[in-house]
Amino acid sequence: MGSTSAHDNEGLGRRNLIKRSAALGLIAVPTMGFLSACATGGDGGDDKKTDAPKGETSEKNPLGVKNGVALEAFIFKGGLGDQYAKDAEADFKATYKAEVKHTGTQEVGPKLTPRFAGGNPPDVIDNSGAGHLDMNKLSSQGQLQDLAELLDAPSLDDPAKKVRDIIHPSTLEKGKHGDVFDVLYYAFTIYGTWYSQKLLDDKGWTYPKTLDEMVTLCGEIKKEGIAPWTYAGKYPYYVHFNLFAQIAKIGGMDAWMAIDNLQPNAWTGNDAVKEVVEHYEELAAKKYFLEGSQGLTHIQSQTAWNKRKAVFIPNGSWVENEAAPTTPKDFGMAVGALFDGSGDKHPHGTLRAEPSEPYIVASKGKNPRGGMELLRIMLSKEHAQNFATKVKSLTCVVDAPEGMTLSPGLASANKVFKEAGENLLSLQLQEWYPALTDEKLGGLTGQLLTGELKAAEWIKKAQAEADKVAKDDSVTKFQRTS
Amino acid sequence: MQHGKYRFIAGFLALPLIIYAIFVISPFVQAFQISMTDWSGLVGTAEFIGLDNFQRLWESDDFWNALRHNVYMLAIVPVVTLALGLFFAFMLNVGGKRRKNEVVTGVAGSKFYKFVFFFPQVISIAIVAVIWSNIYNPDPADGMLNSLLGAIGLDGLQNAWLGEKSLALWCISAVMVWGHVGFYVVLFSAAMASIPRDIYEAALLDGANRFHTFFKITLPLLWDTVQTGWVYMGIIALDAFALVQIMSVNNGGPDGATDVMPLRLYQTAFRDSQFGYASAMGIAMLIVTMTFALLTMRFARRERIEF
Repeated sequence: MGSTSAHDNEGLGRRNLIKRSAALGLIAVPTMGFLSACATGGDGGDDKKTDAPKGETSEKNPLGVKNGVALEAFIFKGGLGDQYAKDAEADFKATYKAEVKHTGTQEVGPKLTPRFAGGNPPDVIDNSGAGHLDMNKLSSQGQLQDLAELLDAPSLDDPAKKVRDIIHPSTLEKGKHGDVFDVLYYAFTIYGTWYSQKLLDDKGWTYPKTLDEMVTLCGEIKKEGIAPWTYAGKYPYYVHFNLFAQIAKIGGMDAWMAIDNLQPNAWTGNDAVKEVVEHYEELAAKKYFLEGSQGLTHIQSQTAWNKRKAVFIPNGSWVENEAAPTTPKDFGMAVGALFDGSGDKHPHGTLRAEPSEPYIVASKGKNPRGGMELLRIMLSKEHAQNFATKVKSLTCVVDAPEGMTLSPGLASANKVFKEAGENLLSLQLQEWYPALTDEKLGGLTGQLLTGELKAAEWIKKAQAEADKVAKDDSVTKFQRTS
Repeated sequence: MQHGKYRFIAGFLALPLIIYAIFVISPFVQAFQISMTDWSGLVGTAEFIGLDNFQRLWESDDFWNALRHNVYMLAIVPVVTLALGLFFAFMLNVGGKRRKNEVVTGVAGSKFYKFVFFFPQVISIAIVAVIWSNIYNPDPADGMLNSLLGAIGLDGLQNAWLGEKSLALWCISAVMVWGHVGFYVVLFSAAMASIPRDIYEAALLDGANRFHTFFKITLPLLWDTVQTGWVYMGIIALDAFALVQIMSVNNGGPDGATDVMPLRLYQTAFRDSQFGYASAMGIAMLIVTMTFALLTMRFARRERIEF
């Protein structure tokens, strides 16, 4: 290399060449004006009504799926994999002699955003994972198929029962935007404190009933040289699964809904917030968290937990499937319900159980009826059980687990779910305002658990962040009353 | 003949220029247009809102926080990378012991080192990030760095690395340096090879040591290359998206300690569905990057030495 200046006066000098190409660029820019058929100007307005292909309806085909029309499915391939969806697609393919194009991905949002904007979305989408599409925006912009027809269609197993009657009531409730049911949460996730029953039995410990008992037990565990808790520091919202639910359990759902609704003083004015956050402060101060947890991914923290380096981990019921490769055979995975505090509004055994794996059908796709039919197939007993077996997770089909052998974690989840009965909590904050919960509150929680932030500061800052979102017009707001 | 020449050149350039205009210039122009709307990115309709997005950006603490981290990296990463690159290249080409019949040589095994240094450059950045996040795994048994420190008795230095607020940004910067230093070793080696040997010979006859040869001969003669490398490295430091997105705790954490502009842009666009606002961030990034490149070109210019 060295210097090229010696050759500058031969032919087109470098400097001149740059000048000229810059000039050409300037000419090119305005002419591009009409060429750039502008991304925002594309199709996808409300002008295009669904010209969905419709076949004859019959007893076997209540939704009127047209034979031979291709279907495209986009399935989130995370902790649950996507094989269960492929199995249902195979049935669809056999019944309707249609091609099914399947994509399994972890990046639903980035991959599908341009397709929605361009007016050619896939038909069925499992809109899950960290990079999921904003369903509230999609719904308010008319991109989601109203699934009422699916709910009123007879179920696959028993024509006398409608689909509506075989799925859990909270699934029906959660899938609504306003009065329109347009999201089918296929799975049921049980959140809680996960542990190894075998480890507890071996050491003669019992799963604590109250927050105070938990602190006492943590002291005993630490004496044995084991860390009482670990968590996925890389994704601090894992901690919120328990922390938020614990607040709702002690303080009651009305007080929690004030938090969901971003009301002023919802955090600072709630005594349960103080009690629960101070509990975590105490755990941190007494060094009850596995050292280095703040830098662990979910997989790494689960692996440490599987290796008995820590006893408890906040998690959801997908953990059994996700941690399967590192789980010892006799681990005895189990989940416990929320702990009692002082003056609890909800009884012992209350559980956070959320409808999960949101399936949506694009109203402007090429085959929305086929999309709904695929969901109807997935809601059959055969496929719900297939899901339970393959991915060790519950579905919204209430009676599906009956008569089948469940894996340890799933059996435990099913047990606490049954014991909780009506006492199920459903929280919306993370679903509605992920930027607030994951980024802002997650950052605070991360510091709370390393002891860098005091409980009082956490609460004050959490309130300030919530207030900021409440005032921000660019964030779509939601309200709940039940 | 003259005008015919230009027509001839233009004829050949037309196709690449059209392709360039469609795929490079038009998205730029469109980003300006989108940045003045409230486009969500999900549907084809958007409202024109003037410069509101830019005003929001100006008042956003998050954005300034992210920009500050980019500026920190800009201040440190290129200096360290280029200094290491120059040092290694010098050692590999000039810094060796004097041998028979050779005026200047590199240290023993320099061919092998060159290969090793270049290696990270051929690995995709995503893989580099995954490898390093496992190296930084805080587990004292599974994490490479911590188990290494434990094995040599330095338990006191074991850390949560990416989970540590004061360290996380520098852990990621270190990976950036590691990933790019090899490229500059090769680049500078090539440039050094073109420096005439007799200059070194004359200096050595005058009794110059390695230190003098480096600062008085090698560095001045490499200045053009260093300057180019500086701009290039600066642009990389102003990006840092892939490493931060894959490695950092809580996407730019802990508690925003590693947030960078492109990550903020990505989150705004794909998590918050605010493509208009995200485009405004893109424009801001363009301005910052251009300013940096222009300033560097302007102030790093020196008199050329011809040889």
